Amino acid sequence: MRWGVAAGGAIGVALVPLVVLSAPTVVTAQTAEMEQGKRLYESQCGSCHGPLGNGGRGANLAQPRLRRASDDQALFNIIRRGIPGTEMPGSPLTPRQVSSIAAYVKTLGRVEPEDIPGDARRGAAVFAALDCARCHTLGGRGGIVGPGLDDIGARRSAAHLREALLDPEASVPSGFLQLRVVTKDGRALTGFRVNEDAFSIQFRDLSGRLHSFWKYELDVLEQQWQRSPMGSYAARLTSEQTDDLVAYLVSLKGAQ
Amino acid sequence: MKTLVLMLVLAAPAAAQVPYARILDAASEPGNWLTYSGSYGAQRYSTLAQINRDNVDRLQPAWIYQIRSLQKFEVSPLVVDGVMYITEPPSDATALDLRTGRPIWRYRRALPEGIVTCCGQVNRGVALLDDQVFLGTVDAHLVALDARTGRVRWDIEVADYAMGHAVTVAPLALQDKIIVGIAGGEYGIRGFLDAYDPTTGERRWRFWTVPGPGEPGHDTWSGDSWERGGAPTWVTGAYDPELDLLYWGTGNPGPDFIGEVRRGDNLYSESLIALDPDTGTLQWYFQFLPHDVHDYDSTQVPVLLDAELGGEPRQLVLFPNRNGFYYVLDRVTGEFLVGQPFARQTWALGLDADGRPIENPETIPSTDGALVYPDDDGAANWYSPSYSPQTNLIYQNVRQKGGIYYRADATYEPGKIYMGASRRGVTGEDPKGFLRALHPLTGDLVWEVEVHSPPWAGLMSTAGGLVFSGTMEGDFFAADALTGDVLWRFQTGGPVYANPITYLSEGRQFIAIAAGSALLTFALPE
Repeated sequence: MRWGVAAGGAIGVALVPLVVLSAPTVVTAQTAEMEQGKRLYESQCGSCHGPLGNGGRGANLAQPRLRRASDDQALFNIIRRGIPGTEMPGSPLTPRQVSSIAAYVKTLGRVEPEDIPGDARRGAAVFAALDCARCHTLGGRGGIVGPGLDDIGARRSAAHLREALLDPEASVPSGFLQLRVVTKDGRALTGFRVNEDAFSIQFRDLSGRLHSFWKYELDVLEQQWQRSPMGSYAARLTSEQTDDLVAYLVSLKGAQ
Repeated sequence: MKTLVLMLVLAAPAAAQVPYARILDAASEPGNWLTYSGSYGAQRYSTLAQINRDNVDRLQPAWIYQIRSLQKFEVSPLVVDGVMYITEPPSDATALDLRTGRPIWRYRRALPEGIVTCCGQVNRGVALLDDQVFLGTVDAHLVALDARTGRVRWDIEVADYAMGHAVTVAPLALQDKIIVGIAGGEYGIRGFLDAYDPTTGERRWRFWTVPGPGEPGHDTWSGDSWERGGAPTWVTGAYDPELDLLYWGTGNPGPDFIGEVRRGDNLYSESLIALDPDTGTLQWYFQFLPHDVHDYDSTQVPVLLDAELGGEPRQLVLFPNRNGFYYVLDRVTGEFLVGQPFARQTWALGLDADGRPIENPETIPSTDGALVYPDDDGAANWYSPSYSPQTNLIYQNVRQKGGIYYRADATYEPGKIYMGASRRGVTGEDPKGFLRALHPLTGDLVWEVEVHSPPWAGLMSTAGGLVFSGTMEGDFFAADALTGDVLWRFQTGGPVYANPITYLSEGRQFIAIAAGSALLTFALPE
C-alpha cells in the first residue's frame, strides 16, 4: 500500500502532460460519444461485466485484446447480436448507441501511454541477471509458477508493475492463490491453486510440479490470500534498476 | 423377442395419458415423475428406495443424452409410462425413450431475432396433462404439443417478447388449467400469472402481480412506476388441492436497484401469493421484502408441509428465500410464523414480529459502492429445495457470495435493461456454497456439506435415505440425508444448473440430472 501510493502519485504527475499533448482536436464529439458509451455501459452491461469491466457473471472486458472480438466490427456485432449459445444477449439499442458502448469498452483494457523514466534495454539485462524467467514465461521460455509476461506491458500499467516488483503481495494476480497443504502422510507443500471442486484440488508446487489431491487425503488445506512466493525486490534493486526493469516490462506488448 | 421389445417401446408413448387424477395422486406412482416438483406439494421427495445409503456407492451411468445448445441446461425432466419429456434451451422439447435414451420426437422452435433475456435463453421443463405436453418459450409463447408425436396442437402468445417478456418457467398443469408465469424483471415489464385452457389455449385469467389503478395495493407504487413494476413469476409454484389454493413466488420490483422512483412497498413484488385457481383472485399474500433494492426475487419453490407447530396441527408453507431468510407461513391464511437467516446476509438487521425486515441502509447501492451479502444471485435462487418426511429435514443449496453495488442510470425503454446498478465481486475470498439440512419448523442448521463455488443445482431427497445435489464444478453427488456424509459422487464434466429426479424403468430405479450439455441417468448395476 505504501508503495502503491508513492508510485501512483509519481505516475499521476507523469500522465498529465501526455494527456494534454495527445488530446484530439475533435474533443467534444468524441467526449460526448464516450460519455454516452460509459453511461450505457454502466446501465446495460455493468451488472454482468462489472463497473470497470473486470468481469463478473460476464467476461472480463478490461484487457487489451478481447477473445471473441478481434476487431471493432466484431465487437460491434457482439454487442448488437449477442453471442449465441452463451448468456450474452443481443441488444435492442440503436447502432449509434452500440458504437458508443463499443468505443467505451475498448478504453476499458487500454493501458494509457506513460512517461517511463527507465531504459528498457538496460532493463532486459536486469531481467536476465535476476533470472526472472526461472518463474515467468517470456517468448515461450521460462518457468510457469508465475504469470506469463509476453504482453504484460499491454495489460498492466507501469505503476502496477513497479508495485508488483517492490511489494508483490499488494496485488496478487487472480489465478495465483497461494496454498499450503499437508498430506495425511505428512508431506507439506506450498504452491498455488490450479483448480478446485468440492472433493478435489489441483495444485502446482513452487518447482512447477502438478499435484492432484482428493481432499480427504489432506490434513491441512490453507488458503493464503494476498500471499506471493515472489519476494520483494525493493532491497535488491537500485531505484535506477527498478526504473529500467519497469521500462522493459512495459515494452512487452505481445504479438500486435 | 426383438419384435416384442420393439413393440413395448413403441407402445409406451401411445399410452401416455396423464389425467389430472394421476398428478393429484402422484405419490401413489413414484415410478413416474408427473409434475415439476414431483407432486403438487412440491417437496421433491421420492418414496423409491432401491437406491439407498447402503448401495449408492455402486451407482453408475446408464445412458446420456447430449444437447446441441451451449446455453444453461436447466431442465427438470418429467417421466411417464416409459417416456421422459425434457426441454432443451432455448425453447425446444424432446421425448426420450426411457430404456435407451433415444429420442422419440423432437420439437424445434424457430425463434425470432431480438429476444432479450437477462440470464440466458433457458427453459426449466414441460408440464403434462392428458395427452399433451406444454412448453413455454423465450419469445413468450405457450405451446401445446401432442405427447405422442411432438406435433403442435396450439401455440399462443403470452406476452410481447420485444418488451423483455420471456417464458422460462415449467408450466403447472391443474385440473383444467395450465398455469404459466413470466420472466422479464430486468426489463421493466409488469408482472403477471396466467391460466390457460388446456384444450384451446384460451386465456382463462390473468393475475397482475403489480396492481393497476383502482385495485388494492396500487397505492404502494409512487406515480406511474407500477407500469414498469416487475414482480415476475418465473419459477413453478405449488398447489394444495384440499384448500384449492395455488401458491406462487414473485420477483423483484423494477428497476431492480433504484428505490426512489418507486416509493412504497411495491406490492406484490417479493411476495408469496395464494390464488383461487378457478378465478385467479388473490386469497392472501405475504410480502417477504417490501421495497426491495437488491434484486432478491422471491421466486423459489414453495414447499407444502402439514406439521405440528406450537402444539397445534398446522398447514404450512416453507420458503427458503433468495434473500437468505428461511420462512414458515400458515398456508391457509398467509400468517407469518417463523423467519431466520439460513445463509450469510447483511441487507437486513433482522425481522420484526410480523416478519417484515429491518433493512440495513448501508447495503443500498450507492455511487461509492455498497457491499451486501448475498449478491443479487441470492443465497438461494430458482433451483429447488427438497423436504424429506423420512428425516423431517428440509434441504437447501446455499450460495455464500457478496457483491459491491454501484448506482447506475436506469431509463426505461421497452426491451432494454432497467436495473440501475453495476456489480463488482468481493476480492480476497472464495465465494462458497453449501448443501444445508435445516429443521423445517425453525430453519436451524442440522448439517452441511461445503462445496466449492456457490451452486445452481436443485435437490431431491428419497426414501433411500439420500439427498442428491450437484456443483458448478460438475460433481453430481449423493449425501446421507440424516448426516450429510457424501456417499457417492460422479464427475459429469459440466456445471449442474438443474434439479434431479428419480423414476422406475422396467422396475429399476434411476436418477436423472442435467449437467453441462448432457442429460445423465444413473442406476445400480443389473
